[in-house]
Amino acid sequence: ESESEAKVDGETASDSESRAESAPLPVSADDTPEVLNRALSNLSSRWKNWWVRGILTLAMIAFFFIIIYLGPMVLMIIVMCVQIKCFHEIITIGYNVYHSYDLPWFRTLSWYFLLCVNYFFYGETVTDYFFTLVQREEPLRILSKYHRFISFTLYLIGFCMFVLSLVKKHYRLQFYMFGWTHVTLLIVVTQSHLVIHNLFEGMIWFIVPISCVICNDIMAYMFGFFFGRTPLIKLSPKKTWEGFIGGFFATVVFGLLLSYVMSGYRCFVCPVEYNNDTNSFTVDCEPSDLFRLQEYNIPGVIQSVIGWKTVRMYPFQIHSIALSTFASLIGPFGGFFASGFKRAFKIKDFANTIPGHGGIMDRFDCQYLMATFVNVYIASFIRGPNPSKLIQQFLTLRPDQQLHIFNTLRSHLIDKGMLTSATEDE
Amino acid sequence: VEDREVHYISLQGVIGETDIDDRYGDLDSRTDSDISEIPASSDRTPEILKKALSGLSSRWKNWWIRGILTLTMISLFFLIIYMGSFMLMLLVLGIQVKCFHEIITIGYRVYHSYDLPWFRTLSWYFLLCVNYFFYGETVADYFATFVQREEQLQFLIRYHRFISFALYLAGFCMFVLSLVKKHYRLQFYMFAWTHVTLLITVTQSHLVIQNLFEGMIWFLVPISSVICNDITAYLFGFFFGRTPLIKLSPKKTWEGFIGGFFSTVVFGFIAAYVLSKYQYFVCPVEYRSDVNSFVTECEPSELFQLQTYSLPPFLKAVLRQERVSLYPFQIHSIALSTFASLIGPFGGFFASGFKRAFKIKDFANTIPGHGGIMDRFDCQYLMATFVHVYITSFIRGPNPSKVLQQLLVLQPEQQLNIYKTLKTHLIEKGILQPALKV
Repeated sequence: ESESEAKVDGETASDSESRAESAPLPVSADDTPEVLNRALSNLSSRWKNWWVRGILTLAMIAFFFIIIYLGPMVLMIIVMCVQIKCFHEIITIGYNVYHSYDLPWFRTLSWYFLLCVNYFFYGETVTDYFFTLVQREEPLRILSKYHRFISFTLYLIGFCMFVLSLVKKHYRLQFYMFGWTHVTLLIVVTQSHLVIHNLFEGMIWFIVPISCVICNDIMAYMFGFFFGRTPLIKLSPKKTWEGFIGGFFATVVFGLLLSYVMSGYRCFVCPVEYNNDTNSFTVDCEPSDLFRLQEYNIPGVIQSVIGWKTVRMYPFQIHSIALSTFASLIGPFGGFFASGFKRAFKIKDFANTIPGHGGIMDRFDCQYLMATFVNVYIASFIRGPNPSKLIQQFLTLRPDQQLHIFNTLRSHLIDKGMLTSATEDE
Repeated sequence: VEDREVHYISLQGVIGETDIDDRYGDLDSRTDSDISEIPASSDRTPEILKKALSGLSSRWKNWWIRGILTLTMISLFFLIIYMGSFMLMLLVLGIQVKCFHEIITIGYRVYHSYDLPWFRTLSWYFLLCVNYFFYGETVADYFATFVQREEQLQFLIRYHRFISFALYLAGFCMFVLSLVKKHYRLQFYMFAWTHVTLLITVTQSHLVIQNLFEGMIWFLVPISSVICNDITAYLFGFFFGRTPLIKLSPKKTWEGFIGGFFSTVVFGFIAAYVLSKYQYFVCPVEYRSDVNSFVTECEPSELFQLQTYSLPPFLKAVLRQERVSLYPFQIHSIALSTFASLIGPFGGFFASGFKRAFKIKDFANTIPGHGGIMDRFDCQYLMATFVHVYITSFIRGPNPSKVLQQLLVLQPEQQLNIYKTLKTHLIEKGILQPALKV
């Protein structure tokens, strides 16, 4: 079954010669549910594959909508689970590559490091967003005050355990797995935390980028399927220039439409806040300027085409063009990176979790860079640092430092004309 | 092993070209004993030393070379301290680049990847990107006044993260485009090797510089403690060493470890006492825009002012004094020296394991008798992070100039809101008098 699938996909066609010399890593059993297998047993192999992929795509999109409906807390949990599954998939590949199942310490240490790094990141975000809750509870306050020290100590313990676990004949293997674990953590855990940061900024900052990447995937596939002719890159023979460019334009349009629809709703547009009284997340606010309709003059060249002089848009839609452009132009590089990785280690898919699609990593490889981009974009162009975090940091300074900063801020505001000496009297 | 070699040779005849990936694929799963040793570079001991010591036996000759080089390095260290913080920063940068170069070179030799020319360019490019990112973050904080003046610098600071990310992305895309059919695995290995090396060397060196800006004493005492621990553990082991410490480093002994621990604590205590007197070492390094240089002048904080402590009873009996005058910093120095003696060696064991794993004797041959720069700095590895975490957790909170910097970047309305909140807070705490209208 895997042989015929390989021929159909054509992706690993160039590797099939070398298959004779080195056995590829053993593929897990096919996970397609029985019901699908029976329903599609009549169709030919190629269409069957197409249908399985199609059905699973729709199932994943429906699932996505459901969890959006369920709210930010569920989304955070889902992100966390996806992160753990991706980590597990990549580490398992490492074990398979290095035949290092017989180093039992390693599995423990890898999961331990995952726990440490997650503890560090969650501690940093939780302290920001749950500030009042944390200040109330004594044990939480101490944990947050010495958070970095505690995280560092936990990491050190893992490091010392690694050094003590070095076994004479397996040094190289152990160092490889150590390096592999750290690179995986760098990729998987940092990205997932940036996703959660984006989520807290407003669910629209989470939904629009991810949808753009998914849309680009699907559109590029469709355009390639119907019009594809010129290959794009040797690394992924299935990708074509027609798919790439068609996907780009389709994604930009999709991004504009989606942002228009979503900007109308408070639950997507407002920053996620933790309400101490109700002990839950609320998304209620006065939408910022970014999400209020404004009139824009259409440049002359488009005026003649559309026949309108001005158009009412949300400023966010302009930003969405930047996001969709990134998703279409640079996102695919994440996909090529993952393809190269799979070829380097002679695996067809990261795992077999999703029938017809492969592992979770296969679905998320293009998202890899997107989360970082959105986070950097928000920090650079949308808002500066988080004001409440700044106040928090201010409160931990020494009194003389606080006074110094206060005076500098005061002179700065007076310079800018925001403050006059007269208003001080209030 | 022989069977596998034969298998490859026969297949070579059949297929025509062995896939390099396969050769290395097998390399990964073979045990250490199958891997051949990497040839060591030539011996770089200067000719003068060789002639001067030609009379002595091999063991003592090695001892003398190490001794002379140790003294030379320590003198160089003192000289640079005398020259000031800016020179120290340059020195740290120089060491970082050299360590990076050493580790990357080992990677090249392990993977025989000299014939992937893109790789050297990409590695150095990534080093530049990450340094740009880190220096931008620190420079922006400390040079806030200087930066506010220049327009272009303002622009660079405001969009710093975006620019750094764009630069990194360019490198990432170049890597993806440079993937060559038969060398995928090699290229991914070198990519990962580069990133892990950056994680180790560049982050540490920036934490060292952050510590330096806190006050030169936070740079000198930890580094000296680690060096002292190295030397005293070696001496104690040389004279009293009997019980081996860890299989990984057969030359280390428990006697050396424990002797080194106590000596380092005492040394740290004394060094802290001596250095705490001078403003030059104790004050945070500041950049003054009027004189366009670094100054270390301030009112020493409480940490560096003598205080009297009542001795606990058992020490009273030993020292026969009721009280003692100490700098509070000396108490902290005990924590620093303890870390240097107990955990610092793990950095050394890590490097030993690494060298055994890749069958190299030393990281490089830069320093005669000692090996490469990395050999000297392997124990310092964790120390810098520890000092940084220690400072932020126990000594001071976040960096005040960074807070100010971020405040100035906010929107005016946000600034006004914060201003009002701060004012209320300061008045509550009594730091600000409501009557003052200055």
